[in-house]
Amino acid sequence: MPRPGFVLEVDRSTPPVLMWHGEGYRLERLPAQRSRVVYAPEPMAPLADPDAAVQRALLSPLGDSSPLPDLLFPGMRLTIAFDDLSLPLPPMRRPDNRQRVIEAVLEMAAAAGVDDVVLIAALGLHRRMTDAELRHALGDRVFDAFAPNGCLLQHDAEDPEGLVEIGRTDHGEDVEVNRRVAESDLLVYVNINLVTMDGGHKSTSTGLMSYKSVRHHHNVRTLQHSRSLMDHTRSELHSSAWRIGRLLNQHVKVFQIETTLNNDAFPSNMAFLQKREWEWGVRDRAAYLASSQALSLLGPSARRNLFHSIKAPHQMTSVQAGEVEAVHAATLATLHRQQVVDVEGQSDVVIFGLPHVGPYNVNSIMNPLLVMCMGLGYWFNMYIGKPLVRPGGVVILSHPTPWAFHPVHHPSYIDFFEEVLATTTDPAEIEKTYEERFATDEWYRHLYRTSYAYHGVHPLYMWYWGAHALEYTGGTIVVGGDRRAVRRMGFKPASTLADALEMAEDQVGRDPSVTYFHCPPVMLANVH
Amino acid sequence: MLREALGGRRIAITGATGFLGTALVERALRCLPGTEVALIVRPGRRGAKDRVERDVLRNDCFSRLRRELGPAFDGTVSRRIIPVAGDVTQDGLGLDEEGREVLAGCTTVVHSAATVSFDSPLDAAVEVNLLGPSRVARALNDLHAGRTKPHLVAVSTAYVAGSRRGPAPEAPLAETPFSTRVPWRAEVEAARRARSDAEAASRSPERLAALRARARAELGAAGSPLLAEKTEKLRQEWTDDRMVELGKARAHALGWPDAYAYSKALGEWALLEVREDLPVTLVRPSIIEAALAEPHPGWIRGFRMADPVIISYAKGLLKEFPGIPEGVIDVIPVDLVVAAILAVAARGPLEAPDVVHAASGARNPLRYGELVGLVRDWFSEHPLADDKGQPIEVPEWSFPGRRRVQRQLRQATRLLEGAERALHALPLRGDRAEVAARVEERRDEAERALGYVELYGAYTETEAVFTVDRLLGLAAQLPSDEREEFCMDPAVVNWPQFCNEIYLPAVVSHARVRLAGARRTGTAGPTPSRRERALQAVLSPDRQLAVFDLENTLVATNVVDSYAWLATRRMELGERARFTARTLLEAPRMLALDMADRGDFLRWFYRRYEDADLERLRRDSWELASNLLLAKSFPAGVRRVRRHRELGHRTLLITGALDFVIEPFRPLFDDVVCARMRPSARGGELSGELEEAPPTGEARALIMAQYAAAHGLSLSECVAYADSTSDLPMLEAAGFPVAVNPETKLAAIARKRGWHVEHWPRAGGYRRALLPFGPEVSPKQGRDGLTDMGRRDLP
Repeated sequence: MPRPGFVLEVDRSTPPVLMWHGEGYRLERLPAQRSRVVYAPEPMAPLADPDAAVQRALLSPLGDSSPLPDLLFPGMRLTIAFDDLSLPLPPMRRPDNRQRVIEAVLEMAAAAGVDDVVLIAALGLHRRMTDAELRHALGDRVFDAFAPNGCLLQHDAEDPEGLVEIGRTDHGEDVEVNRRVAESDLLVYVNINLVTMDGGHKSTSTGLMSYKSVRHHHNVRTLQHSRSLMDHTRSELHSSAWRIGRLLNQHVKVFQIETTLNNDAFPSNMAFLQKREWEWGVRDRAAYLASSQALSLLGPSARRNLFHSIKAPHQMTSVQAGEVEAVHAATLATLHRQQVVDVEGQSDVVIFGLPHVGPYNVNSIMNPLLVMCMGLGYWFNMYIGKPLVRPGGVVILSHPTPWAFHPVHHPSYIDFFEEVLATTTDPAEIEKTYEERFATDEWYRHLYRTSYAYHGVHPLYMWYWGAHALEYTGGTIVVGGDRRAVRRMGFKPASTLADALEMAEDQVGRDPSVTYFHCPPVMLANVH
Repeated sequence: MLREALGGRRIAITGATGFLGTALVERALRCLPGTEVALIVRPGRRGAKDRVERDVLRNDCFSRLRRELGPAFDGTVSRRIIPVAGDVTQDGLGLDEEGREVLAGCTTVVHSAATVSFDSPLDAAVEVNLLGPSRVARALNDLHAGRTKPHLVAVSTAYVAGSRRGPAPEAPLAETPFSTRVPWRAEVEAARRARSDAEAASRSPERLAALRARARAELGAAGSPLLAEKTEKLRQEWTDDRMVELGKARAHALGWPDAYAYSKALGEWALLEVREDLPVTLVRPSIIEAALAEPHPGWIRGFRMADPVIISYAKGLLKEFPGIPEGVIDVIPVDLVVAAILAVAARGPLEAPDVVHAASGARNPLRYGELVGLVRDWFSEHPLADDKGQPIEVPEWSFPGRRRVQRQLRQATRLLEGAERALHALPLRGDRAEVAARVEERRDEAERALGYVELYGAYTETEAVFTVDRLLGLAAQLPSDEREEFCMDPAVVNWPQFCNEIYLPAVVSHARVRLAGARRTGTAGPTPSRRERALQAVLSPDRQLAVFDLENTLVATNVVDSYAWLATRRMELGERARFTARTLLEAPRMLALDMADRGDFLRWFYRRYEDADLERLRRDSWELASNLLLAKSFPAGVRRVRRHRELGHRTLLITGALDFVIEPFRPLFDDVVCARMRPSARGGELSGELEEAPPTGEARALIMAQYAAAHGLSLSECVAYADSTSDLPMLEAAGFPVAVNPETKLAAIARKRGWHVEHWPRAGGYRRALLPFGPEVSPKQGRDGLTDMGRRDLP
C-alpha cells in the first residue's frame, strides 16, 4: 500500500535533503524550525494487465459514447492522433502507453475492415519527432506498418494545404484544425496524462490546431488568469481550449483515450531520487555518493547524454476511453490520487530543484528559457487552490542555467534570448511587440516545417507560461546558475542556497518561512 | 641688411615640399616682404600650382602668416609665389619654357631637394642626392650662359664628414683632411648597374619561386590573380631591399654611416666639379629638428629621424638603445637653419665655393646621455597611455654597445619569427588565430626596433665636432635687430627647455599618440568603441548587399563532413569502419590539395559522388541539414543574415557546397550561388563532374560583382563575410569586408587592414560528435528506408 504525500517540518535533526540541479543533484540543509519539505505520494500500484485494461476501456467507454468497435465501419476515414515527445517525462520504457493503446485500436479497426487509417503525431507547435522517437513511442510494428506508406504523419501547424478552418467559438476564437482530422469520420486521440494540465479538450485544441487557434489560449492574459494551470476548472487557458475542443467535437466524432502513469520516474538503481532522505538505506547512500562522484568527473555534455538516456519505469495506472469530458474527469480522479499532497498554508519562500528534463527538451538541452518555464511555469503552478508561496514571496530555483541552446531544436529561442530579453522581460510588452514577428517569421516557419525546430513563437509561450508567477511573486533567485543568463531573464543569481535564502530576506523579511517542493516525482500541492 | 639684400629679388627653391623647404618658403614670405619665391616642384597629376597649394601652403607652417595677413593671404601668396614644374632627377630639371624663363630671372637658387631617408635604395639616393645638385648647377649655367650667374646655395649635411673623430671644418671636402675621395661618376654607373642586376636577380626562377612561396604562405589559397599581384609586390620590395642593402654596404665601406651621408658627400664633390663659374655656397645642417621659435615653437613637418625612436621608447618598445652617453648628438632647430640659409643668400657668393655648418655641437653641445635623461624624465612625467589607458613606464637605458643591442634584437626577432611560422602552420581559428596576429605584431615591433638601432645607431655614436666659426661670422655681419630676428647662433638653445617645452610636446602631438590621463576630446558620454563603430557601419541601412560564405562562416563544417555524413548514412557498421579508415588515410592529401587550390580540391573531391542516387541524396540532404549543418551552425551568423534582410539589404550565399546540400538553406537568403553537379548520361545518378567551375577564389569576387551589377547594387556598399584567405578576392572587392572566425592568415590580414572581425560561436547545447556520420538508419528500413517519412514538404 503506497504511502500518501507528506509534509516534513524541518528541525535540527533533519538530514540534508536532495535537491535537483539540472544534470545532477545536491544535498542541501534547510533552516530548522521554519522550513518544511513537501514529499510526493509513493508510486501507485500499476494495472496488473494493462492490455486487458485497454481492451476493457475501448469496449466500455465513458460518457455519451459507443464502444469503439461500434464506431468503426469499412470505407471510413479513421485518424489516430497521439501525444508527442513532450510526454511522459522522462520518456518511459517500452512499451509506451501509446503503443499499447494504438495497437489495440488498430486491431479493432482491422477487424472492422477499416483500411483508410492515418496516424498523426499531435505536435501542436512543438518540434517534429525523429524516426527513432516515433519508433520508441509507437513500437516497431506500428511504425513499420505505417511509416513506409506515408500513413504516419506529424501535424504541421503551418501547412496552408493541410489545415482547415471549421468555425469560431462563441468567444470569437478561430478553430483551424488539421485537414485530415476535420475530414475524418472518427478521430481517436491517444494521450498520456502525466499532469493534470494535460488531456481533455486541450489535447486536440493544442496538438492538432494552428497558431491561429492556439494563440487564443496561449497568451499572457489566459496564463495570468489560470489559478492554476493544473486545475482546468480555474484556468482561462483551459476554458478557451474547452470551447475550441467542444466546437471540434461538433464537427468530428472524437473518441478520446486517456492513460495515466504512476510517479515511478527513476530506475531502481537510482531509487534514492524518490525516497525520503531519512529513510535512505546503505545502498541509497552508496548510490548517491557513487553517482555524484561520477557525475562530478563528467563534462556537461556527457552528463546530459547520461541523463537523457534514462528511460523511466513508470507504468500505467488507468486507462479510460469515450467522450472527452467524461474520460478526462476519470483521468483527473486517478491523477489526484497519485499526486495530491495536502499542505497547510503558504510560505514566504518556495524552493524548486529543477531536473535535467522538461516537456520541451527531451533529447535536447534545458536552455535558460526552459529553466524559467520549468520553474515559474510548471513547478510554480503545481497547486490546487493557492500557490505554495504567498503573494510577493520569493521563488528560489536550483539549476545551472547555462547560456546554451540546441541550435536545431530551439533556433528562435536563441534569438529571443539574445535580442528580446535584452530589451524587456515584461510578458505583456513582449507579446505586444514581438509575438507577431516571431510567429510569422519565414525562416522559423521553414525550420519548424522541414527541420526539427519548435515553432517561432514557442519561446514567447515559455515566457508567458511564467507570467502568473512573475506577476504574483516578489522575485526569483537562481542558485548556481550562469550569472549572465540568469540576469538576462531579470532574476538574481546566487552561489549557494544559503546565499539565496539571505537574499530572499531583502524581499520577505527576516527569518522567512520556507517550503521546499521535493519534485520530481511529480505531485500537486493542495494548499489550504 | 638681410632684408635689403634680398628685397625685390627672386629666389628659386627646390624641395619646398620638404621640412626645411617649407620653413624656408614661409620665412621668405613672412619676413622678406619684397622677395619673390619660385618653387620648383614635381607637378604630379594636377600641376605645380596645385601641388604647391596642397603640399606647401596647407601646412600649419603657414597658419601664423594666414593669421597675420588675414584676407590678404591668398593675394600675397599668388603674387609672390611662382610655382614651376620641374624635377631634379632629370637633366635640365625637366623645365618647360615658362619655367626656364622664371629660373633665368632668379638671382639666388636654394637647392634643398633631397631624399632624406637614411635607408633609401642606393640608386634613388644617387639620382637625387648625388646627381641633383650638379643637375641644378648645369641647368643654371645653361640658362644664364653669358650673363651674371645666380648664387647657388646647396643644402648638404654635416654628416658628409663621415665617421671621423674630432673637429670637422667648414670647408669643401677636398680641403678637409682624411676625407674620402671617390670617383663619383663610377659610383653613379655602379649604382645604376646594381639596380639592373638586382632587377635581373629578382626575376630568376629560384627567386620567383621563393617569392611565390612567401606570397602563398601569407595569403593561402587566395587564387592566382591575388597571388600574382602579391608576388610582384614582394619582388619589387625584394629589389628595393637589396638596393638598400647595397647602399648601406657601399656607404659603410667608404666610411659613411649610411647611403644618405654617402650620396650627399659625393653630391658635393660632383657639384664642385661641374659648377664651372657658377658661384656656390654649401650649407651643411646637422640633424634638423622642431622649430625653436619660427614660425611657432615646436613646428615640425613629417615624422623626423629621432621622432619614431622617441615614440617607440615612450611606448616601452625600445628596451635598450646603443650610444655613447658623453657623445654629442648634434641637433639643430629648423628655424636656425633657415636663418643661416637666408643669411648666406643675402651675403652672396664668395670668390671660391664656401661652406657653412648649421650645427650645435661645437658651440652648444647636447650630450647623448643628457638627451636620453631629458626624454626619460619628460615621459616619466607625461607617460603615454597603453590601450587600456594606463600609463606606460619608460625603460632605463644602460647605453650598451651597438653590437650587443643588435644581437639581442635579432635574437628576439628570430624567435618571434619562429613562433609566427609555427602558429601559421596550425589550423587555428577565431580567438586563437588572433594570438598569432598578436605575435606577428610583436615581431613587427621588434623588427622596427632593430631597424632603428641599425639606422640611427651611428648618429648616437658620432664623435665628429662640426665647427661653426663661419656661421657665427655670418651672424656677426647682421645688424643687431636682424641678428635677433634671423637668429642662427645655436648658443640660444637651452636644451632642457627646448626638449621639455618645445620638442617633446611637438613630437607627441605630431605622432597622434595619447598621453595617460588625457581625455578624449569632443564627445560627451561613452564613445562607441572601434568595434561598435565598425558594426554600425556594416549594419547601416545604406548598405545594399550582404554576401556570405557558408562553411566556417555560417556553419562549422565542410564538404568532407557533408559527404561523410551522406555516405555513411546507409552503411553497415563494418562498412563504416572501413570508410573511416579510408578517409583518415586520405586526410593529409585532401588538406594539401585544399590549401593549394580550393577549386581543384572540390573538383577532385566531388568525383566521389559519381553514380550516387540523386533522389536519395536530395532526400537525405534535408536530414543532413538538421543533423549536421544546422547543428553546427553559428546562430549569430544566421541572425546576421536575417538582420541584413530586415534592413532591406539583398543577401547572397556564395558557396562551393553542392546544390542539393544547401537546398534547405535557400530560404535564408535572397539568392544562392553554389556548385552544381552534372547528372550522369543515364539520368537519376550523378556524374561526379561539376557543371561549371566551382565558385571559389577570385571567381567569388567576379560572381559578387556580376550579381551587384545585375541588381544595380554598388560593390562599395557591399558587406562580405568569409573566414579564410581563399575568399580574399571577394573580401577585397567588397566595401565592407568582415572576417568571421578567421583562420590565422586571414586574422593577420584583417588586423593589418583594420577589417571588422566577428567571433561567432557554435550554440552550446549541441552534442558534438567525433565523426560526421549520419545517424544509422535501422536495418529494418533497408537501403531505401523511409527517413524522410513525415517530412511535410518534400522538394
